Amino acid sequence: MAEPPAGCGRVTGSVVGGTPADETPIPDETPKEEKAMAVRVGQKAPDFEAPAYHKGTFTNVKLSDHLGKWILLCFYPGDFTFV
Amino acid sequence: MSAVADNYAKLQELGVEVLSVSVDSHFVHKMWNDHELSKMVEGGVPFPMISDQAGNVGRAYGVWDEGQGIELRGRFIIDPDGSIQAMEVMTPPVGRKLAESVRQIQAFQVVRESQGKEATPAGWEPGLPTLKPGPELVGNVWKVWKPSMEK
Repeated sequence: MAEPPAGCGRVTGSVVGGTPADETPIPDETPKEEKAMAVRVGQKAPDFEAPAYHKGTFTNVKLSDHLGKWILLCFYPGDFTFV
Repeated sequence: MSAVADNYAKLQELGVEVLSVSVDSHFVHKMWNDHELSKMVEGGVPFPMISDQAGNVGRAYGVWDEGQGIELRGRFIIDPDGSIQAMEVMTPPVGRKLAESVRQIQAFQVVRESQGKEATPAGWEPGLPTLKPGPELVGNVWKVWKPSMEK
């Protein structure tokens, strides 16, 4: 948590609670091909680590650090939008 | 976002951690919190606002919109084991209703606490009867549940 945010958010390549296959970030060099990992209910959530703003500080959030709690993960189109 | 922040106490009571994600930088998140959200919600946004500028997290969850370079309104309920129990994805113009997410979390918690022995019928809300799936329930749901029982 104390670690300052570095670079972009990335998926670890593993699911929550799993062992990351490779700790080095893999740059996406095939933007044409949508290589979306299919998420499905009943399956483990893809793990990720990304920079965040939290109550006055910049921090890193790793999904698997929150294992053991219920998570409400919400994506939205952008800040300053009004819906 | 402000609706979630405003109901954060309720979510905390249920043992739920909230994480929000957009393509804005964490610096922009700070600006949005400081200049707008903190005026709508006492004390500002209480949960981490995640930045996913490259869309990597959004792609992993199937909510990345390649054409617009944004993330769709995706909402995922993840249980304490890390399994996705519910997901909902909406196009940007329509906002979510948080009360429905809360209801679903409460229902999933009931099911989990019963170790799968109980299920919640359509329209279930806390305080209403649950179903105990088994041979005896087949053809007998009408005895314990009617659509008119939905609040």
